[in-house]
Amino acid sequence: MSRVRIRFSKHGKVRFTSHRDVARIWERALRRARVAVAYSAGFNPRPKIAFGLALSTGFSSDAEYLDVELDPDQVAGIDTENLVAALTASLPAGMTALAAAGLAPREPSLQHAVTSCTWRIDAAGADAVEASDSLARAMARSELLVQRERKGRLDTDDIRPSVLAAEVQGNITDGVRLIAELGTKPRAVRPPELLASLDPPLSLLRAHRLHQWIATDGLQRHEPLAVAELSVAGAGVAP
Amino acid sequence: MTNLWHRLEPLLPQVSKPARYIGGEHGMQAPVHGPGVVSWLLTYPDTYEIGLPNQGLQILYEILNERPDAAAERAYAPWVDLEAHMRAEGLPLFSVDTHRPAALFDVIAFNLSAELTYTNVLNCIDLAGVPVHSELRHEADPLIGAGGHCTYNPEPLADFVDFVVLGDGEEAVGDITGVLRDWKTSGRPGGRPGILRALARVPGVYVPSQYRPVYERGRLAAVEPRHPDVPAVVEKRTVADLADWPYPKRQLVPLTEVVHDRLNVEVFRGCTRGCRFCQAGMITRPVRERPAEQVRTMVSEGLRRTGYDEVALTSLSTADFSGIEQVVASTVDDSGCGQVSVSLPSLRVDAFTVGIAAQIQRARRTGLTFAPEAGSWRMRQVINKLITTDDLYTAVESAYSQGWRRMKLYFLTGLPTETDEDTLGIAELARNCVALGRTHVRSPSVTVSVGGFVPKPFTPFQWFGQNTTAELRRKIGLLRDDLRRARGVQLKWHDAAATLAEGLTSRGDRRLGPVIEHVWRHGGTFQEWSEHFDLQRWQAAADACGIDIDAGVHRHRTFDEVLPWDHLSAGLHKDFLWQDWRDALDEVGLEDCRWTPCYDCGACTGYGIEHVVASAVPPAGGSQGTGMDTSRGAAVPVRLIERGLVGAERVGSAA
Repeated sequence: MSRVRIRFSKHGKVRFTSHRDVARIWERALRRARVAVAYSAGFNPRPKIAFGLALSTGFSSDAEYLDVELDPDQVAGIDTENLVAALTASLPAGMTALAAAGLAPREPSLQHAVTSCTWRIDAAGADAVEASDSLARAMARSELLVQRERKGRLDTDDIRPSVLAAEVQGNITDGVRLIAELGTKPRAVRPPELLASLDPPLSLLRAHRLHQWIATDGLQRHEPLAVAELSVAGAGVAP
Repeated sequence: MTNLWHRLEPLLPQVSKPARYIGGEHGMQAPVHGPGVVSWLLTYPDTYEIGLPNQGLQILYEILNERPDAAAERAYAPWVDLEAHMRAEGLPLFSVDTHRPAALFDVIAFNLSAELTYTNVLNCIDLAGVPVHSELRHEADPLIGAGGHCTYNPEPLADFVDFVVLGDGEEAVGDITGVLRDWKTSGRPGGRPGILRALARVPGVYVPSQYRPVYERGRLAAVEPRHPDVPAVVEKRTVADLADWPYPKRQLVPLTEVVHDRLNVEVFRGCTRGCRFCQAGMITRPVRERPAEQVRTMVSEGLRRTGYDEVALTSLSTADFSGIEQVVASTVDDSGCGQVSVSLPSLRVDAFTVGIAAQIQRARRTGLTFAPEAGSWRMRQVINKLITTDDLYTAVESAYSQGWRRMKLYFLTGLPTETDEDTLGIAELARNCVALGRTHVRSPSVTVSVGGFVPKPFTPFQWFGQNTTAELRRKIGLLRDDLRRARGVQLKWHDAAATLAEGLTSRGDRRLGPVIEHVWRHGGTFQEWSEHFDLQRWQAAADACGIDIDAGVHRHRTFDEVLPWDHLSAGLHKDFLWQDWRDALDEVGLEDCRWTPCYDCGACTGYGIEHVVASAVPPAGGSQGTGMDTSRGAAVPVRLIERGLVGAERVGSAA
């Protein structure tokens, strides 16, 4: 086995680290856990670690992934069960390794394979009934336009094709909770964009990634690594 | 309310780089507060990225938390965006460890590494909800302390700090903790004045409020103790043997990007090269090497524990460490598969050093940095940085021939006796280095970085009148003109305006306090950051406070003049410094005393300590920064002072 896929969660204070920070944290955690990572050849050797979709700074998640290439000279096989425990011990508080499994040699990269994400979105600006209405109106439309700044100019995107599913789960103390599945192709739509596209728009309180999905033939989909016992409702955002 | 996290959390999505406020670093301690425990908030008065790697702060953080009677947490200056939110929400300064309000600590202790952070010190005290003036604080307010190199002239901050520590902090923080613990557990006898008086009796601790400045005809005449039991002169603390203090044992690994983001192992403290502009080299004497075996252990354990893939062997001149080649070789070997890189900051300029650099940078030969400091041999004799031109060219040639393409050279301008010829010598050196490089690589590049010289307390140049901003700008202009068409040479320089503000604060007396406060009250925080620095603010503050910048910064001092730090001591005899200043003006060099007999500067003899070095002879090859060729035994190309017995009269003589 030369590649290992690892699923991890990110909760609490550590969610304020950036995608680049997380990459650095993983490089060091792997070294602390004495995992023999393969390095690129050349002038400036880098560990061969590939991350999937970036998680925005401040968002939490139960479905983050990375693929690690192992050094074939040093690793005969890897005990994934012990690996999960060893990695969690090496990670900062709030980051937990949830699962690990070897990858088939030609398994496509996360960046390439993942097609959608399920989000739990806490928002302010409406109660559950009002939010359900505006969400229903949005889903009934043929296009949902959002504006975003790219390289200094304003672009208008239609995100409607990427809103694969969305529903209001209910009221929470400071607003309303939504569950939405948002596509990642051609680009990943972000929870605040969904909220901004509603009429009236809602404002984001918290966003939590519950799942990443790989669609195989349009109907079938699976997670890059399933975690059976993971409680969706209980996966909190509190520190 | 002892945890502010729930109030901070909603602000973080609205600010830049929120990870600098969350703590949670690998190696973070779990401080336990309680009665009978003295709590310290170790505060770096600049951003987290700059402050987190500070080794002094990390060392004290561990030492304090190892004590059952102390608990230490850390704080850093919030960036301006978070500060605005904090002030709007009434959220005080907090620790990053447990997000505890700063005002709940017994001591808020600042690391003073740079004068331009002084306004941030005031800002942090204010953000903590503590009166910025020490005389207005109540018994329940934390004590405001400070340590670090700038405390050798703490007078500009005398109105704002309750105590400062001179010298190494390892032992002093324990002594202070003991005094505070006894005071707290015995019903706080004498209240706040009682503890300040008690602290003033701790060796190495200076309590400004226990001293009174005396002025005569507008000049400082004395700083006198107010009470008979307060020492007339406060002596610095010096750790005799670094082997007793293998800290940090658990270096913090941040969750977000910081400067010097690597394992740092201090291989020795102190330096006796005797560069006359260098405050660090004067105040940290004598040289105390860490045993090579301990260095190796700290490196291998540190790498394993932290997960870093880079280690820096730190000191003021790491190539001077006895047996540096063996230590470097074993570090490279021990680290396994060759993925660990070793960096040696503060390298001496010679071929020997390049050899070590070649040994450790097998893969990444990107750039090498040297600090010749001055452009002519004459000038380097004045500042006692005895690198011959031959040393420099040999080093540079050696580097280019071994595959480096980029060279960075650091220089100072505005040095004593500097002529335009000396200044232009910088440009000539740079051009010659590029020419040497062309014989080895296709497009060699040399970056010349020029800083304006600021005279510092407890150096031979403490009497020197700093160059004016106009003069520094003129000199930089000379270099720009001269290097305009020099291919391969990039010139960078520091803002001469910031150099003026640094000069004002570095040698000021207590009358500078209102100026610093004025700058702070008019929005002048983060003065080390060019986008926040504005000289006008300092000039307006000086005008408002009746301070003559010219007299404070540009005036040469005389021997009989009382200096604002005369009641403090780094061990150095004032007449030694004065003689060294006269020698500088005579262009006479002074040898490194770690390998030659003592000339009684006072740093060892005054405290009954000595150099701790593993080798009694200087490393061979090149001039070793002594100006002499120690390998070939050629004639010494510099006039050196002939030294006899301690206390014997020093006589300059040609060698």
